[in-house]
Amino acid sequence: MRLWLPLIAVLALILIAYAGVSGAGMNYLFGVFIPYIAFLIFLIGFISRVVKWGRSPVPFRIPTTAGQEKSLPWIKDNKIDNPSTTGGVIIRMLLEVFLFRSLFRNLKSELSGGKLAYGSAKWLWLAGLAFHYSFLTILIRHLRFFTEPIPFFVKWAETLDGILQVGVPTFYQTDMVILAAVAYLFLRRVFVPQLRYISLANDYFPLFLILSIAVSGILMRYFFKTNIVGVKELTMGLVTFSPKIPEGIGVIFYIHLFLVSILFAYFPFSKLMHMGGVFLSPTRNLANNNRAVRHINPWNYPVKVHTYEEYEDEFREVMKEAGIPVEKE
Amino acid sequence: MYDGGKIITGLVVFIGLVTFPLWSNVGKAAKKPDPKIDTPVIQQLPEKERKCIEPKALMQAEHMKILNDWRDAVVRDGNRIYVSSSGKSFNMSLQKECMNCHSNKKKFCDECHNYADVKPYCWTCHIEPKEKEKVAWASIEENS
Repeated sequence: MRLWLPLIAVLALILIAYAGVSGAGMNYLFGVFIPYIAFLIFLIGFISRVVKWGRSPVPFRIPTTAGQEKSLPWIKDNKIDNPSTTGGVIIRMLLEVFLFRSLFRNLKSELSGGKLAYGSAKWLWLAGLAFHYSFLTILIRHLRFFTEPIPFFVKWAETLDGILQVGVPTFYQTDMVILAAVAYLFLRRVFVPQLRYISLANDYFPLFLILSIAVSGILMRYFFKTNIVGVKELTMGLVTFSPKIPEGIGVIFYIHLFLVSILFAYFPFSKLMHMGGVFLSPTRNLANNNRAVRHINPWNYPVKVHTYEEYEDEFREVMKEAGIPVEKE
Repeated sequence: MYDGGKIITGLVVFIGLVTFPLWSNVGKAAKKPDPKIDTPVIQQLPEKERKCIEPKALMQAEHMKILNDWRDAVVRDGNRIYVSSSGKSFNMSLQKECMNCHSNKKKFCDECHNYADVKPYCWTCHIEPKEKEKVAWASIEENS
């Protein structure tokens, strides 16, 4: 069920877009209204999620590290894996964000001859890296539909991505890489028993959604051609807030756009928020200076104290009457 | 908010990036490409013979594939005869057949290719038509 429900959901979404556009002719709803709403949900949801995280107190540095802490001068500290300075943190964060360094430490554990053994497991890191960079390249490439004139970096991305010059329209390597990477990320959840056990519907749903977005895009580019000039008129209409629906755009485009809209709207409520979350990981973005700097617990409330002097001031007369000794007369 | 300065700076950068298409297009009127088919050769043709080798919709969607197939047929098999779906025969040649009618590369090919940022590599081997002669369609502006 955890696997089939998301699959059925994605298929249902495709059917909704297909029926809505080719059956009911609701091109405006699927081409203009839903993308705007989805983008708005994405922006507001993303901001409020990050702000919510930002409001959580950080009482203490969490030194989960893979390196020696800075302590005595003759003990060599690891400046990147256990940084004591902001500079070290920045390097650690850059390596984390751009190269997924934590994932590179991924291990697999198995029983070999009755003994528990740990081994290196880089495939997840490799597939993850391939997937994220392909997605980034595809995203940058898509800016050709949202800018006029088209900026140089978009042209670079297109040229580099299609550098093999195979076929027409030029084959983009990232199209294949993203399919292979998503397929790997999905199949490992299905075939590794431990992973299947912990995988939930919200692990499968983004995979199916992204897979269907990639497949619909590839179909549209290489197989069921759509009116590309019309598509750009539509997208330019969206970004210049003068939306219009040009004629002759195939239903495959609306399916693609609807799935992307769903991805955008779903983003702030899902695990995909690791995009913002990686920057707010307390184990990554804080320098381990617990012993060098005093960190005051932010939720320490002011404690009301009633000192003995105050007590005596309040009850002095009564104390004297009862014969209890007082410090001040 | 804890570390609010850093978090809000990050959020502002993020919003700036994701709304790039919105603010980078402000004040720029998106002009729609308008490919022209009014070359002298086409205009000399009688009205009902003004047709491409295949129907317009098919040409719009598949012209790149047809050209690619032509290249393979000519270069690899030496076959220069293309029989269209309507049974007419054409000479498989970009420069002599296609560009004979569509001699206005800038206003026909480039108009949409530039708009959609498509960079066909036809002209790395073929000779680009020289559009020096002043004709009606190329009067005002030249695409960069």
